[in-house]
Amino acid sequence: MHLSLALAVSALLFGIGVYGLLARRNAITVLMAVELMLNAANLDLVAFDAWWRDKLHAGQTVALFVIVIAAAEVGVGLAIVLSVFRLRETVAIDELTELADRDPQLRAGADDQVAVNPVAEDAGAIR
Amino acid sequence: MTDYAWLVPALPAAAAVIGLLLWRVIAGGPAVPAIVGTAGSLVVAIAVLVDAERSPGTVHQSSVAWTPIDGLSLDIGTRIDGLAAVVAVMVAVVALLVQIYSTAYMAGDPRYATYTAEVSLFTAAMLLVVVASDLFELLIGWEVMGLCSYLLIGHYWQAQGARAAAVKAFVTTRIGDTGFLFGIFVVGIAAGSFEIGTVTHAAAAVPHTTVTVGALLLLAGVVGKSAQFPLHVWLPDAMAGPTPISALIHAATMVAAGIYVVARLYPVFQAAPDSLTVLGVIACITMLGAALAALAEDDLKRVLAWSTVSQLAYMAAGLAVGGWTAGVYHLLTHAAFKALLFLAAGSVLRSVGTNLMSEMGGLRHRLPVTFWTALVGAAALAGLPPFAGAFSKDGVLAAAREHGGGLGDTVYAVGLVTVVVTAAYVTRLVVRTFFGTYRGSAQVHESPLVMTAPLVLLATFSVLLGLPVLPHSYGVARWLDPPAATLPLHVGIGGVLLTGALSLVGIAAVALLHRRRPADDPVTVLGRAAQPLAHAFWIDEAYDHALVRPARALGRGILAADSYGVDPALTGTGTATTFLGGVLRRLQNGNVQAYASGLVGGVLVVVVAVSLAVVR
Repeated sequence: MHLSLALAVSALLFGIGVYGLLARRNAITVLMAVELMLNAANLDLVAFDAWWRDKLHAGQTVALFVIVIAAAEVGVGLAIVLSVFRLRETVAIDELTELADRDPQLRAGADDQVAVNPVAEDAGAIR
Repeated sequence: MTDYAWLVPALPAAAAVIGLLLWRVIAGGPAVPAIVGTAGSLVVAIAVLVDAERSPGTVHQSSVAWTPIDGLSLDIGTRIDGLAAVVAVMVAVVALLVQIYSTAYMAGDPRYATYTAEVSLFTAAMLLVVVASDLFELLIGWEVMGLCSYLLIGHYWQAQGARAAAVKAFVTTRIGDTGFLFGIFVVGIAAGSFEIGTVTHAAAAVPHTTVTVGALLLLAGVVGKSAQFPLHVWLPDAMAGPTPISALIHAATMVAAGIYVVARLYPVFQAAPDSLTVLGVIACITMLGAALAALAEDDLKRVLAWSTVSQLAYMAAGLAVGGWTAGVYHLLTHAAFKALLFLAAGSVLRSVGTNLMSEMGGLRHRLPVTFWTALVGAAALAGLPPFAGAFSKDGVLAAAREHGGGLGDTVYAVGLVTVVVTAAYVTRLVVRTFFGTYRGSAQVHESPLVMTAPLVLLATFSVLLGLPVLPHSYGVARWLDPPAATLPLHVGIGGVLLTGALSLVGIAAVALLHRRRPADDPVTVLGRAAQPLAHAFWIDEAYDHALVRPARALGRGILAADSYGVDPALTGTGTATTFLGGVLRRLQNGNVQAYASGLVGGVLVVVVAVSLAVVR
């Protein structure tokens, strides 16, 4: 099998991954897109390993490392997505813009809405 | 006992610290540490004087190394000779009487504790100047005195006039003090030591130009502190302070410190005769000018202030013509009779509630003790024998005549004219205050015993200081240990009679004017000629135009440059940075996919660039 076939599939997978990363709103879909890009890279690694007939099989070894790290990354990523969903009841990635750098007054106002209300309720309970 | 002379300034200093920190817990209040400290200082000073007079002509010096390094080392210690011992006793006596007097005069004052502690600190500083053995030690006392003077003039700081007067006194004397500091540098470095004994000993060997420059710089400090022309303007305004302060600081001691320093460092000035000529000319101008200004002043305390300026000029003139003993003797007698006059004025002001003589008059029956003691002080000031002022003033004039030459003759002539003017303004003061009919409306009662007793004591001194002169024993003057090549005190019957007669002329003139029109101010007879006198020859106004207003304009210019030049530059830098930061901040919108797009775009650019480079 010619190398270019594998590279074409890899490029296609990577392209789909980039599209998913940039265009999809659902956080889980975005994670899946990241997986696609990682696996496109894996495909490249394995294909070049076979093409160069590498005695040490460095390409395959690195691909195994990537798979392990990708599993860990998905574990962390899905945990974050779950926490975000519990807090916000949404996983739409373009709505999660809390970390934007806004004007101080606006941000203070936003913090007040989030933080002050529970405190006020607590204070009422103590009274 | 002279080894313990350091106690003389140390006791009032301790009293000041204790009084300021602990007056709430001391039984009897803040007056107790002040009076005990000053009295202790007086006892030690008298013991030191007795000890010093057992061996006249010797100098008792004890000092410890302060900066024990090679080169110009500084020592602190005491240097007791006849001059220092006598002046220390004088300062302690006046300070003690003023402290006692103040307990009644300042009774009920909310800041009495601070006041009395400051007076103690002042006393300590003045005594440090008197006994110091090192020029820098002297300078410390000199500057602390200036500080205390500032604080005490501004005692009634709620009044705008008192605040302004305090600042004026501080700034004006500071001009002279700058010269004084550099004078110490010049003289000390030239002599190879800042120790007074070494400096006075080495002065004759110092190159003439150096010693002249040093003496003239020292003279600047003397002129400022002793309120001589052209730095005399602060003293009349300083009368905004409490009256006992005027008696202590602005009559008997601090203003005399300038004269004292000239006497103490006299060999330095002898080595630079030009500086003594300058001092003599300044003294002549001040002597007559201040006496004339006193003639037309309506404020009782300001009359006395002008009189102090004029009398200090007598002392300066005495020193300038070589009459060292006469000048110092006049310093001592003046301390007694001028402190007396100020304290008597305080008693009057306390009773009538005003400073203006136009609202007094006829007080001799209502304030009998004040009247009689003030009369003694006035007679001493006017130079009537047998009161002390007559002999000391005549001593100065005799020294001037003996010195001769242009300077001596000028001092003698101006001094004689000033005797007449002095007698005239003193008489005017007495008749406007104590004779005629009362022009005010207050209920007038004699002051309590704690105020009148110091008056009686000072009146006694005003007489006693003069009496020993008569049989050629020269009393106090004999104890003073004058430096070499100065004129001894010559008080002749002829001279005393001449000054007495001139003084009587002035007294008679004013008394006749008063008798003719008792209700009018005798100075009105001068008509329009009184205007320059009442305005003290417009020197204040001239300084205002020449110095104060340009300084204010400069200040406003600097403020404007700061407000409209420096400030906008700084705030502009900040504003510009914030604006540019705001532009970049729009990128940070919180949308992760936007960041990722940037990342992908960036990678693409890099890949394309690298590819192009590889292909080429």
